[in-house]
Amino acid sequence: MNLGKIHKDVAVVGAGMTLFSRRLQETGKEMSWQAAQMALDQAGLTLDDIDAVIMGSAPDAFDGVHKKGDWLIDGAGGVNKPYMRVYTGGGTAVFAPIAGWWHVASGMFERVLVVCEEKMSSCQPHAQSAFAHIWDPILDRPLKPNLVWIFAMEMQRYMHTYNVRYEDIALVAVKNKRNAVGHPCAQLADPDITLEDVINSEPMALPVRRLDISPPSDGAAALVLVSEDTAYELTNEPVWMDGVGWCIDSTMWTNRDLAFPKFVARAARMAYEMAGIKNPREEIDIAEPYDPFDYKELQHLEALGLADPGEAAIMTREGKTQRDGELPVCPSGGLLGVGNPIAATLGIKVGELFWQLSGQAGARQVPGDPAVGVAQAWGDLMQFSSVIVMRRRP
Amino acid sequence: MKETVKPRGKPLSGEEMKQVCHVVARPQVKYAWAVGVAMSHFLAGLKQGKILGRTCVQCERILVPPRMFCERCYRTTDEWVELPGTGVIETFSISYIDTDANRIKEPIFVGVLAFDGAPPHSGIMHYFGEVSQDAIHIGMPVEPVWKPGGERVGAITDIKYFRPREGARPSSNSKRRKRG
Repeated sequence: MNLGKIHKDVAVVGAGMTLFSRRLQETGKEMSWQAAQMALDQAGLTLDDIDAVIMGSAPDAFDGVHKKGDWLIDGAGGVNKPYMRVYTGGGTAVFAPIAGWWHVASGMFERVLVVCEEKMSSCQPHAQSAFAHIWDPILDRPLKPNLVWIFAMEMQRYMHTYNVRYEDIALVAVKNKRNAVGHPCAQLADPDITLEDVINSEPMALPVRRLDISPPSDGAAALVLVSEDTAYELTNEPVWMDGVGWCIDSTMWTNRDLAFPKFVARAARMAYEMAGIKNPREEIDIAEPYDPFDYKELQHLEALGLADPGEAAIMTREGKTQRDGELPVCPSGGLLGVGNPIAATLGIKVGELFWQLSGQAGARQVPGDPAVGVAQAWGDLMQFSSVIVMRRRP
Repeated sequence: MKETVKPRGKPLSGEEMKQVCHVVARPQVKYAWAVGVAMSHFLAGLKQGKILGRTCVQCERILVPPRMFCERCYRTTDEWVELPGTGVIETFSISYIDTDANRIKEPIFVGVLAFDGAPPHSGIMHYFGEVSQDAIHIGMPVEPVWKPGGERVGAITDIKYFRPREGARPSSNSKRRKRG
């Protein structure tokens, strides 16, 4: 990695997202178009101003349409432009903007549109049937696995290794579903949810219960990225992508300790080094770690260096990760509260940091004028992570 | 007239979905996967009631599931070894859902076990059986319950499940690591 070779600083100048919902009438193309329009409008640009387009979308199997990136191109605004689709499973939400970043940082393109879309409702009777196709066909599929198993096994190992209580993990679901109340796109916001609701929700694959899991959703989100050359022509409040990192481990997931995701820590180290972050606990004001399950928020905070192993659960219990706490975590409401249209969670990770750091988060605004945030996503066969450090400059 | 509020999408209920236009299709695609050099040997071993691993002398692992190259050292693995087949539970789940997320009445026990006679984390996913919800725990010694020889076909399901191994000394894996 040669940080000296980066030619241009990259800023986010606009973001947009659709509703996240169990089922939207709009097609993937229509949702993509809606989100892209919102982002372009906020940036004060039209598609003619855009030099290149990045599309992020997760498995083709959700749609039953192969080579989905090509199929979605019209909605993403990529027609007759340099265009590419990236896909790293759940990690796509933060990886697609990284792909956008290198297009601009390289100096090749001035303005890049990043669009992420997921339409999970097409897959019948449930998107789980498509998830079944990510397992190894020889050793795993004959056992008829459900993707929730893998999370349950990881959560169990995490709880055992670091002596973490289920009750503290469930508090993450409570916090995020309450945080989502201020989000205009939220699918599962609940101002009244209690710890008892989560603990008593129906067992899925224990220790995982229904309310520990984010819902499948339809939705889209988009960002406009520009270089340092024109950012201030478009807005007084650009938010800079100062560090990016990504890393992937082997698919042989039964051959590693599931308690601590080292590949997340490696991705974070890369992003922190680029952003000049020496002590993340001191320097990060807001975190948007990937929270498809409540324990994942804790495990990711620890791998991001924002808590010691096992400590994130204690921080949660003590209220430190609340919106007005020492380290606000998932002030968007996260995947648990806003919804989980895989790649489109771009809008509640990188999108949320853009709105928070530019003071546009409305009812969700974190107090105290936050200036530095970290967004992280996680995916493929629980082996990949992407991390972005974002900053508002004084 | 120009819209002042941008469209953000229209949610549909299940009932509405039945009324609006939609198209139903079921893709018909079939696959026959060649299981490969390493896995052919491993599956043939299962048919004989053996658990086989591949050694990598550089990182000192015994790779189970086996592969012909080590993805960490990026070199050819060295030789086949037979493991005793017993192991300990690394992690587990008690599942109330099937592969399509339908609910099942009697929960099934699934998890990862690490095989004895190999370095940590040399293991596979499988079912656990003959164990109660209260008894199953991380670090529990287990042994395979094989299908009868005549019913084995060279598949991971030649092992029906792993069950608690009576009289085994608990492994050091079972000790709970204290938070520092």
